[in-house]
Amino acid sequence: MLNTFVVYVENKPGVLTRVASLFRRRAFNIDSLTVGRTEKPEVSRMTITVDADYDQARRIEANLYKLVNVLLVENITSEPSIVRDLAMIKVAATHEARSHVLELASVFRARVVDVAPESLTIEITGDEDKIDGLLEVLRPYGVLEMVRTGIVAMRRGSKSSVLAAAASTPAPDVDHGDASYSV
Amino acid sequence: MKTGAQIIWECLEREGVKHVFGYPGGAILPAYDALKHSKIHHILVRHEQGATHMADGYARVSGDVGVAVATSGPGATNMVTGIATAMLDSSPIVCITGQVGSKLIGSDAFQETDITGVTLPITKHNYLVTHASEVARTIREAFYVARSGRPGPVLVDITKDAQQTSCEFDWEAAKPQLPGYRPDLSPEPKEYEQALDLIQNAKRPVILAGHGIIISGAMREVRDFAERAGIPVALTLLGLGAFPASHPLNLGMMGMHGEAWVNQAIQEADLLLAFGMRFDDRVTGNLKTYAANAKKIHVEIDPAEINKNVKVDVALVGDLREVLHELLPKIETIDRSEWLDNIDRLKGDSAVRDIQNLPDSGHLYAAHVIHDLWHETRDADTVVVTDVGQHQMWEAQYYKHERPRSLITSGGLGTMGFALPAAIGAKVARPEAEVWVVCGDGGFQMTMPELATIVQENLKVHIAIINNGYLGMVRQWQEFFYEKNYQATPLLNPDFAKLGEAYGIRSMTVSKRSQVVPAVRSARQHDGPVLINFRVEQEDTVYPMVAAGASLHDMIRRPSPLVETADDE
Repeated sequence: MLNTFVVYVENKPGVLTRVASLFRRRAFNIDSLTVGRTEKPEVSRMTITVDADYDQARRIEANLYKLVNVLLVENITSEPSIVRDLAMIKVAATHEARSHVLELASVFRARVVDVAPESLTIEITGDEDKIDGLLEVLRPYGVLEMVRTGIVAMRRGSKSSVLAAAASTPAPDVDHGDASYSV
Repeated sequence: MKTGAQIIWECLEREGVKHVFGYPGGAILPAYDALKHSKIHHILVRHEQGATHMADGYARVSGDVGVAVATSGPGATNMVTGIATAMLDSSPIVCITGQVGSKLIGSDAFQETDITGVTLPITKHNYLVTHASEVARTIREAFYVARSGRPGPVLVDITKDAQQTSCEFDWEAAKPQLPGYRPDLSPEPKEYEQALDLIQNAKRPVILAGHGIIISGAMREVRDFAERAGIPVALTLLGLGAFPASHPLNLGMMGMHGEAWVNQAIQEADLLLAFGMRFDDRVTGNLKTYAANAKKIHVEIDPAEINKNVKVDVALVGDLREVLHELLPKIETIDRSEWLDNIDRLKGDSAVRDIQNLPDSGHLYAAHVIHDLWHETRDADTVVVTDVGQHQMWEAQYYKHERPRSLITSGGLGTMGFALPAAIGAKVARPEAEVWVVCGDGGFQMTMPELATIVQENLKVHIAIINNGYLGMVRQWQEFFYEKNYQATPLLNPDFAKLGEAYGIRSMTVSKRSQVVPAVRSARQHDGPVLINFRVEQEDTVYPMVAAGASLHDMIRRPSPLVETADDE
């Protein structure tokens, strides 16, 4: 099954390589990986989806924690969460097809972001199924180009990731910089 | 103000480093230039791989962090095998490499290699340092990461300009900042209860004793636990010495070349207590049939090892010593004599016809050499450092280790060429110990230039080459699994005794059983290093053996009787 991990890492050079390399060498297959900034400049946030069974998912989590730069790992697969992917789809839209394409875009609540004589570029945000759905109905018109960001995910409700937990275990002689990493 | 180069040595001193093993070159020259003001003793190696194995041997024998130094490019890449060796066997070493100037990085400059990229999967962590101001904190972090939790190698790559430029040095301010690193984990109370429940109800338990016992310093606790609970102890290769060989509850080594009764006991067990071991394929054999009727308790510091190879019923993630401290007061003494008697019967059924007791028939077997070496040195403070192959398994079978850190060997990676340099590291760490290299004629030739290091440092290291003129373990696999097609395994060797003499090392050749003890005695009495070339039976085989992928109880046994034993007379 597809597992979704939210991984907080130190915002340092090479950390993405460390994470990606881990998945490669332990033969875990990444379905999607996104990385971006967070509310803390020193912390980056990754959303990783991986096809894994329960035991594999546990091992992925444990292996991620072995990376010194990984602050917190949350498997939010079975938790209520908001999952978003963004796609830009360039569709062949000649005069006669144009209104059909616009109609479909509107049904999916997608936005047209570029118009050219022979094509329309549509931007859509949503979960992966929604984007797959739009893609499916646009295909007959001719998809010229498509790009997807990969998913980002966040838990629903007021419960937020307790990043502080990642920094709160004291170790002898080590300044974990609790204050600067707590959320 | 101090230069980055000065800060390197000052930080090493503050971390307690007394010796480093290294090899200079362009990008690390500023650091070498600053070495003259340091109290640290630098040991010049002959190849950077040797430096890493020396640091590794140093770490394994002392429990302290070993340090290796090399230049950029080829110097750094030569370290790769030694770093991977330390990684697989959880050995704490810190490797410091020079790197081209920070402005040249990425330009394919002379002797530039992306060594942090190269070593990323084989280090516990690594660093690229481009400013002098980062040197102190990085080295402190490197030592902390290397020695804490499950130990491992850390590489610190320092650009030439970071060594040359100056900055304020403040040790106190340079505290490690590792917000995500949590080496200190402890089990939950309910996990302890589950474990205790399994232990109290077990009828046929076996302790699987691994390297983690030695790393954690839990020898006393494991012994108390085994004695109080009346549970026999089987050891992994790297666990040898963690539990005294002469202890009545000691079964011996498990796994591919473990004794048959040990593996049989594991297969018949109803509870396995894995203490600081990771169910390597060399100890489990076929996982589908491995200890099929046993519940399993895994005490392990690395959460990523839980359920990796063998699914366990209870995992106690934490430092072994602390976990056992928690468990010990609650362990009830249970009479398990029926189970122990049963194992004794297994032993009687399957005890190998021990060739160590063979009468001297003119043939010299490696087992003779190991047995006699053990017999002569067992009362001394002896450290045996082995290479990889048949001799390694014979050492594990016939040298009875009573104390931890008395056997140093490359287990996980199986690195040929490990023994000689690792023994140098061991001797430097513990000059008072009697250090013996036991290696094959193949592996010896992989790192034998380090003989010069022994001589230059005037180290009294004894070298026993178990010379059978073959890459013996590979030949054995060819014999069993490739219809004796001995491709690329026969060796045409130099005269090792002459070679030793050329280095100025007292050397001798032994080809008869009767010469073994006198040779060992004369080596021990000699004031300096000695090399003994033992010409042993060429096509001898390590028995018993579980073929790769076979079930643990499915062992290839010694053809019996191979030759007449002493008892047959």
